Amino acid sequence: MVLAEDSVLLREGLTSLLRHFGHDVVAAVGDADALRREAVDRLPDVVVTDVRMPPGFSDEGLRAALALRAERPELPILVLSQYVEQTYATELIDAGRAAGTGYLLKDRVGEVAEFVDALARVADGHTVIDPEVVRQLLDRRRDPVRRLTPREREVLGLVAEGRSNAAIARRLVVTEAAVAKHIAGILTKLDLPPDADDHRRVLAVLAYLRA
Amino acid sequence: MNPRTALAAAASPPWRLARSVWPWRSLAYLLTGLVPAALPLALLAGIELLRPELTALVGLLLVALVIVAAAGPVLAGFERWRLRLVDARPLPARPPLRLAEPGLWRELGYAVLGACVAWCLDLAVIGLSLFPPLLLLSAPLQPSDASAELSAAPAMRTVLFVAGLILLPLTAYPITAWAGARAAIARAVLAPADPDLADELVEVMRSRVRLVDAFDSERRRIERDLHDGAQQRLVALSMTLGLTRLRLADDHPAAALLDQAREQTAQAQAELRELIRGVHPQILSDRGLAAALRDVAGRSPVPVDLQLRLDGRLPAPVEITAYFAVSEALTNLARHSGASAGVVAASVHGGRLVVEVSDDGTGGADPDRGTGLTGLADRAATVGGRLLLASPAGGPTLLRVELPCER
Repeated sequence: MVLAEDSVLLREGLTSLLRHFGHDVVAAVGDADALRREAVDRLPDVVVTDVRMPPGFSDEGLRAALALRAERPELPILVLSQYVEQTYATELIDAGRAAGTGYLLKDRVGEVAEFVDALARVADGHTVIDPEVVRQLLDRRRDPVRRLTPREREVLGLVAEGRSNAAIARRLVVTEAAVAKHIAGILTKLDLPPDADDHRRVLAVLAYLRA
Repeated sequence: MNPRTALAAAASPPWRLARSVWPWRSLAYLLTGLVPAALPLALLAGIELLRPELTALVGLLLVALVIVAAAGPVLAGFERWRLRLVDARPLPARPPLRLAEPGLWRELGYAVLGACVAWCLDLAVIGLSLFPPLLLLSAPLQPSDASAELSAAPAMRTVLFVAGLILLPLTAYPITAWAGARAAIARAVLAPADPDLADELVEVMRSRVRLVDAFDSERRRIERDLHDGAQQRLVALSMTLGLTRLRLADDHPAAALLDQAREQTAQAQAELRELIRGVHPQILSDRGLAAALRDVAGRSPVPVDLQLRLDGRLPAPVEITAYFAVSEALTNLARHSGASAGVVAASVHGGRLVVEVSDDGTGGADPDRGTGLTGLADRAATVGGRLLLASPAGGPTLLRVELPCER
C-alpha cells in the first residue's frame, strides 16, 4: 500500500502499525504530489491518505485521492481526516461508485483492531464511513428516520458504516436472521429497494441520508 | 451596492432608476416641502384679504415673525423627518434648545428659508420635468380640426404619444437629482461635517477593517498550529495507547486503566476537534460558504431547512462573516428559541449576499443580552454590510445579514 501523511510523527507511527499487522507499506510520503507519483508508479492495492497536506494545506490529499480514483476506478482508497465533514465524506463516496472507499476520523487509529479491520474492508471493495459522520447524517434526516426504532437506528448506523449482516449480528449479539429482519424493516420505512448486495445497500442508505 | 441617498440613486442607469423607489421618494420629498409653506402663504393671503394700514401691516408681519420663530423647532423637526425619504443615513441628535447653540439657529434659519423660498424651486423643478412628457402624452386629446393651431395626422399623434411615454420615465432623473441636491443641502445645514472628524472616521474605518483581517488571519494561524501540533500528537498518543493495549491480556491489572486512558484521549480529541472548528472551519476555506453552511446546519440539534442559491466563491471576509452569523444564529436557535424548526436561506443578487436565518420559536432575542449578535453586527459593518433582527416576543425570529460582495 501507499501511505500519505504530512506529519512525520504520524507517518512513521502509521507505517509501523500497519507493518506490525503484516501490511506492506511500499511508500510513505508527505505531500499530495508525491502521493500521485507513487500511486501511479507502484500500483498499490490500497491507498491511505490524509486530507490536509502540502503544498496548500487545504484538501490536497482528498483531491489527489479523487484524481487517482478517476484514473483507476477500482483503486481502494481510505481517507483519514480530522474533520467530521459530510461534504468531504460524500465527495469521496460519490467518487466511490465502484466501491472500495473509506472516510475515517484519525481518532479511529487509536482503536487499532477496528482501524485495521476497516482498512481490510476498504481493500476488499467495501464502503466505510466513520460512525461520527454517519451519526451526523442520521441526525440530519429526521423525518422517516424518526420513525425507526432505536434498534433499527443502531442497525442503520452500522449498515452505513459498510458492515455486512454477519458483522452487524456479531456486534449486536443477535442472529443474522434478526439483522436481516431489521434491515428489511428499515428499507421499507425509508422507501428503498431491498437489495441483497451489501455494498449497494450501503450506497442506497447513504444516498438516502444525503438527500 | 444599493444607493443610500437619492443623489447616489440618480447615478444609476435608467431601467434601474425607473424601477426603484427613489423617484417616488424624491417626489414625496419635494411635495412635502409644501407643508411648511402653508405659514407664509397664509400670511400673504391675510394681507391680500385684509388690506391693512401700514402700522397694522407692520404689526401683522411682527406677529407672523413670532409665529414662524415659534414654529421653527417644529418645522426643523419636520425637515429632519422629511430627509429620511431621500437619505437613509441617520442624522446626529437634535441640538438642544439653547440660545447660544449655533446648531439650533442653523436649523431655525433653514426651516424659515424652506418655508418661504425653497418650495417654489421644488415645484418649478417638478413642473418643468413633467411638462414636456405630459404635453406629448396629451397629443391624442388636443383639438385637431382645421381651426386648431397645430393640426396633426393621427399617425403623428401616436408618434408624439409614444415619445411622451418614452420621456416619462426619464423625468425620474431631474426629480431624483434635485431632491438629492436639496437633501445634500439639508444635511450640510442640519449635520455639518467636521472635516477633521471625517478624516479620522475614514482612518477608524480602515483600522477596523485591518483589525478584523488581523483577527481572522490570527484565527487561521491558531487553527493551523492546533491541527499540526496538538491534534497530531493526540492521534499519535491514541495510536501508542492502542498498540500498548493490544500487547496486554484483558485480565492484566493495567488493562482497565489503559482503557480509561484511551477513553480520555478520545474525549480530548473530540473536544479539540470542536474547538478547532469553532476557531476556523477548514471546510469554509476549502469548499466555500455553501458547503460550510450545509455542514453547520447538519450539526444543528433543531432541524434546519437549507435554501441556498450560491454558486462559486465569494470574497473571504464576506464568507467568514456570513458563516459566523449563521453559526451564531443556529446556536441561539438551539439554546434560547424553543423552535421546532429553522430555515437558513442564502442568495446573491445585485452584488449583495443576503443570508436569512428564521425559526418558529418564541422570539424575544435581544442583541444586548450578550447573544453575540452585537459582535456580528460590528463584523458585518466592517465589510460594509448590515445585520437586521426581528424577534418580537412570541416569535417568530428572523435574522437577516446583507453583505456587499462585488465579484
